[in-house]
Amino acid sequence: MSGASMHNPGAKPMNLTLHVWRQAGANVAGRIVDYPAKDISPDMSFLEMLDVVNERLIEGGQDPIAFDHDCREGICGSCGVMINGAAHGPMKATTACQLHMRSFKDGDDIWIEPWRAKAFPVVKDLIVDRSAFDRIIQSGGFISAPTGTAQDANSLPIGKPDADLAMDNAACIGCGACVAACPNASASLFTAAKINHLAVLPQGQPERSKRALAMVDTMDLEGFGGCTLFGECQEACPKGISIDAIMQMNRDYIVASATKVDMKEWAGSA
Amino acid sequence: MSWQMRFWSSTVGKKVVMAVTGIMLVGFVIAHMLGNLQMFLGADAMNGYAAFLKSTGELLWVARAGLFAAAVLHIVSAVQLTLINRAARPTEYAKREPQVSTLASRTLRVGGVILAVFIVYHLGHFTLGTFHPAFSHTGVYGNVIIGFQSVWVVLFYVIAMASLGMHLFHGVWAGFRTLGLQKRSASPIQRSAALWVAIIVWAGFTAIPVAVLLGILN
Repeated sequence: MSGASMHNPGAKPMNLTLHVWRQAGANVAGRIVDYPAKDISPDMSFLEMLDVVNERLIEGGQDPIAFDHDCREGICGSCGVMINGAAHGPMKATTACQLHMRSFKDGDDIWIEPWRAKAFPVVKDLIVDRSAFDRIIQSGGFISAPTGTAQDANSLPIGKPDADLAMDNAACIGCGACVAACPNASASLFTAAKINHLAVLPQGQPERSKRALAMVDTMDLEGFGGCTLFGECQEACPKGISIDAIMQMNRDYIVASATKVDMKEWAGSA
Repeated sequence: MSWQMRFWSSTVGKKVVMAVTGIMLVGFVIAHMLGNLQMFLGADAMNGYAAFLKSTGELLWVARAGLFAAAVLHIVSAVQLTLINRAARPTEYAKREPQVSTLASRTLRVGGVILAVFIVYHLGHFTLGTFHPAFSHTGVYGNVIIGFQSVWVVLFYVIAMASLGMHLFHGVWAGFRTLGLQKRSASPIQRSAALWVAIIVWAGFTAIPVAVLLGILN
């Protein structure tokens, strides 16, 4: 704890009780197991706290808690667990890796569970298989224009509001918190963000209708639920993506259906 | 696959059906409430309004058929979406805390069941007269006064109208949003128009049975 203490000398170490979902593999039953987490610095990130708990488990000859992580700076979308019933824990617009233990109090109980969705099967403990998201992208989250070398920056003018909207939606890191937080396990916010960031740019226009049809259909086929507009996804999203995206996705889907878009001979056709 | 089948088989398509039929039903509910409030104008006004509605003949049956179709489609899509949504999370969390979802949104399904039961009872109460102690096909005002003498009947109406208010608080907002008919907003989960619709419809409908029970209408 000395490193953390030097960083913030006033911070007292915390003693916590973890209630963690343990599941040895995809096709075996899992259960909640309790672990003490003693002498935890408030300056640790949530994942660092799990690292410390895991070191102790390994020292004691036990299997460490498996969890996904990569960049640990909130941009890769790898991490993500339900923490006390909230996706990525109690801090708004924050991934689990950027959540710090100062968000908790000494003596707290912390419930840690994997994302729960039929389309996100548990691989082990807190790790789920999110390749359903990849298949949604593969079905239409791209443009199929031959790009060649980059064209001159000013040859394709895009208004600032559109550019901002595209970037806001492109901020999606595909972490799955929207699905995890949704009472319906719906992937609407993810799918809508991916549809939106192309729908507002000129490059996205030629395939706009086909994209909306293919991605929504793939989202349904993967076994995600539908959107009831609870709003939980927007609150859980570490990138603050708005449910306005879902409104635009529905518009594109309605227009595409009403104009009877021909899906034949299209790369993304499901 | 035809585009209609493709549309209906998607969760977005079913939600669009729910939204369109929901807006039709909201339109009816508002008109029905305004018509009913003529109870406060006296027996002649109310009975005259009822006689006018009956005088529309085929038009009345067109409206009834439209409302029946809207209600059936609304319920069928709701049931199908509920089954899809339940299947999407086979294992529940040991702990999941709703962060921003309203009580109205989380009780839509049970509220919808209450409303469906209420509609059956209400049709038997004031349209067919099956559940009414002294039903008259022309004396609507008297039917209402006699029909609301029981505390239990009034209580059921009050509960059903509270369910309707909650249903509208979420549904009016979500319906227009599902159809993509709202503007982008910095705080999209805020809803003031839906709140007003919910309060006005709830208050307008609740006023009549309560006024009869309290003896204000007699």
